[in-house]
Amino acid sequence: MELRPILSTLRRHRIPALLLVLEIALTCAIVCNAVFLISQRLQRTQMASGVAESELVQIQLAAIGKPADAKARAQEDLALLRQLPGVTAAALVSQVPFTNSSSNTGIKLDPAQKLPTLNATMYMGEGLIGTYGVRLVAGRDFQADEYLDFDAMKSDPNLQSKVGSVIVTQALGERLWPGQSPLGKNIYLGETSVRVIGVVQALIRPSLFMGDDAAQWTMIFPLRMSAASASRYVLRTASGQREAVLEGAAKALRKADPHRIILEKKTLDDIRREFFRNDRAMAGILVGVIIALLVVTALGIVGLASFWVAQRRRTIGVRRALGATRRNILNYFQTENFLLATIGIALGMVLAYGINLFLMTHYELPRLPPIYFPVGAVVLWLIGQAAVLGPALRAAAVPPVVATRSV
Amino acid sequence: MIGYYLNLALRSLKRNKVLTALMVLAIAVGIGASMTTLTVLHVLSGDPLPGKSGELYYPQIDPQDARGMMPGTMPPEQVTLIDGTNLLRARQADRQALMAGGAVPIQPDASALDPFYVEARYTTADFFAMFDVPFLYGHGWTGIDDEAHVRDVVIARELNEKLFKGADSVGRTLRIGGTMFRIAGVLDSWRPNPHFYDLTTGSYNYYEQAFLPLQTALELRFAKNGSNDCWGNGTGGVVGGAYPSATCVWLQFWVELDSPARAAAYRQFLVRYSEEQKALGRFQRAPNVQLRNLMQWLDHNGVVPSDVRLQAWLAFGFLLVCLVNTVGLMLAKFLRRSGELGVRRALGASRRALLAQLLIESAVVGTAGGIGGLLLAFFGLWLVRHRSSDYAALVHLDAAMLLVTFALAISASLLAGLLPAWRASKVAPALQLKSN
Repeated sequence: MELRPILSTLRRHRIPALLLVLEIALTCAIVCNAVFLISQRLQRTQMASGVAESELVQIQLAAIGKPADAKARAQEDLALLRQLPGVTAAALVSQVPFTNSSSNTGIKLDPAQKLPTLNATMYMGEGLIGTYGVRLVAGRDFQADEYLDFDAMKSDPNLQSKVGSVIVTQALGERLWPGQSPLGKNIYLGETSVRVIGVVQALIRPSLFMGDDAAQWTMIFPLRMSAASASRYVLRTASGQREAVLEGAAKALRKADPHRIILEKKTLDDIRREFFRNDRAMAGILVGVIIALLVVTALGIVGLASFWVAQRRRTIGVRRALGATRRNILNYFQTENFLLATIGIALGMVLAYGINLFLMTHYELPRLPPIYFPVGAVVLWLIGQAAVLGPALRAAAVPPVVATRSV
Repeated sequence: MIGYYLNLALRSLKRNKVLTALMVLAIAVGIGASMTTLTVLHVLSGDPLPGKSGELYYPQIDPQDARGMMPGTMPPEQVTLIDGTNLLRARQADRQALMAGGAVPIQPDASALDPFYVEARYTTADFFAMFDVPFLYGHGWTGIDDEAHVRDVVIARELNEKLFKGADSVGRTLRIGGTMFRIAGVLDSWRPNPHFYDLTTGSYNYYEQAFLPLQTALELRFAKNGSNDCWGNGTGGVVGGAYPSATCVWLQFWVELDSPARAAAYRQFLVRYSEEQKALGRFQRAPNVQLRNLMQWLDHNGVVPSDVRLQAWLAFGFLLVCLVNTVGLMLAKFLRRSGELGVRRALGASRRALLAQLLIESAVVGTAGGIGGLLLAFFGLWLVRHRSSDYAALVHLDAAMLLVTFALAISASLLAGLLPAWRASKVAPALQLKSN
């Protein structure tokens, strides 16, 4: 295919050609970034929690007035829950993944430090690791005699120093002591120190308020909660029995003490779905925008190409009369479109990179992976070719006899 | 003349229906998308108390210990109970209110209703007057009631519907957390968005159903919601019935100051207060004071979700593509009529007259695109409302945004028509006639 005649024609139709290039460039830039945003959002909704989500349910209670003996209440409730058919483990925990309530604290590696090293979240509750199904990768779980009562500890500062041990996540260990085993190391919370006795693979910080990078900075303490200091019971069961277990648990708990209200009973899957609903909504909007953009761009190409074909009817007729085949004419318009699309795509890539830089500084997005550039280019080339096909076929159908007529 | 041009425009647009439809569609889609996101942005970044917000201020002081102090850091976002109470009793502003969020169990007498929890606000007397809270029945309590720990409650209209079927319940009693309260007032519908006076409980779609005197709620040890920030040996008071300790900030304090001069004086007062407290040994840091008004406070907290801003950027990029598209299509349309335009020129129409004619044609396209865009925006907002996000239910198109839609559509299409019209009006009369 000879490019020279195409270039010389385009030079005479500079403004429409420029507009088409601009439109393709903008579309390319926006679509590349939008697809990247979608992948980021969807990836976020898959964030690992570290717990056996498909086997867990949560039931949250609130007491009307103060329970007479909050400690006994909790133990009685747990005994009841463990007897329910289908329940393999139960725990009263201080916090649950993907909910919006969490307790967090600054930690230090050296008590003389002026500022804390980082802020980590604190999980508490007897039997928490086994119930959640958190995987222990080094060290050991807490022993039964290691647990202290949270309520007693809170009201007596002397007891705080008795909480000697802590279990941390791999991510927190790696962040605090890069390349070393966290086992046996000390962490300081205020004045008191705790020793790392175990490492779990993962356990996500609820509410993620410190950002996604700090999602796995988690500590687990050997503290026993009471009905006054915690409100969330977590039950482990076979995934098919979750609904039945929730119903049974609600009924049993209400019967054991009617002076309370069930605030929430949900499977962990539902809790996760709700937590990430804004991300999914955003991804949905982006998909809509991408489709609309590609359609508008394709329609623009159809419109301009039709105009060009109509304008050049006579020239086409002359070319046909001089011996050009239909295929030659078809190829001419296809090549023209390919050329414009290529320039547009090249420009669009630069623009896409620029937009990505803007998003990186303002919306904490990572860098656009290079794979987006070739894929984006191929998609736009295909759309361009598909859009130009109709007008180009119409051009190829122009009979040679047009050359002999004056308009 | 305009009537004639309008007539010409309509004729010309009818002649090539496909191209016209494409242009209208491109503008409509672009306008529809950008208006949808702009409306969301407009609703979320709106003023929750128009006319009043300039007089409401959120004082911040720094009671933290000297450890970990760095120059240039902001004071905490809330106040301690001691400082809040001191500032409240100092009465240096026109009005002032100290508050915290919470949840209380409502125990209806009617056995048909099980006890249930509602979101509550524990606050002081000026709250209602300060924030222009509308009352359906009765009124709030007074400052004297605050000190007397009076068992009064103000309930929201929704709760009144639920408990008393909407009847005037002022003076009746209500059992809350085991204590009898007298209903002092019933609010009319009041849903400030964002929930500006306490952002720690979520910024949008959070509404309290019961308003209780702060001192009363604290005395009865009602549960609190929201966040607390502690230093030193302070603990957040997670154990039932305990509130955060003295070295924790967990309450919000608002003041009303009717002039900038009063605001400046209040800032001086806050500095003086900090110095006094430092002299007493309670504060360790040099006075670190902020006094932002309501809108500045919302802005400082970045209340509008960053997703919404991102969507607005995206929509404008989209509108840009649609505009470029329209420019191209209009250029195609106008240049095709070079012959007709040449004849008009030859018959004596000035270049300016051609330009006017073509721009009116663009404006017609713009108006049609605006109407289409409006319909699409309604559809888009309907989609947004049916999505599950915190702010979904709030999003509606108001009169101002309606006007903006049309202004945007017509100016966009005129802008898009400018280059093609100018280019087409440059046609040389003789040349066009000859070639035809």
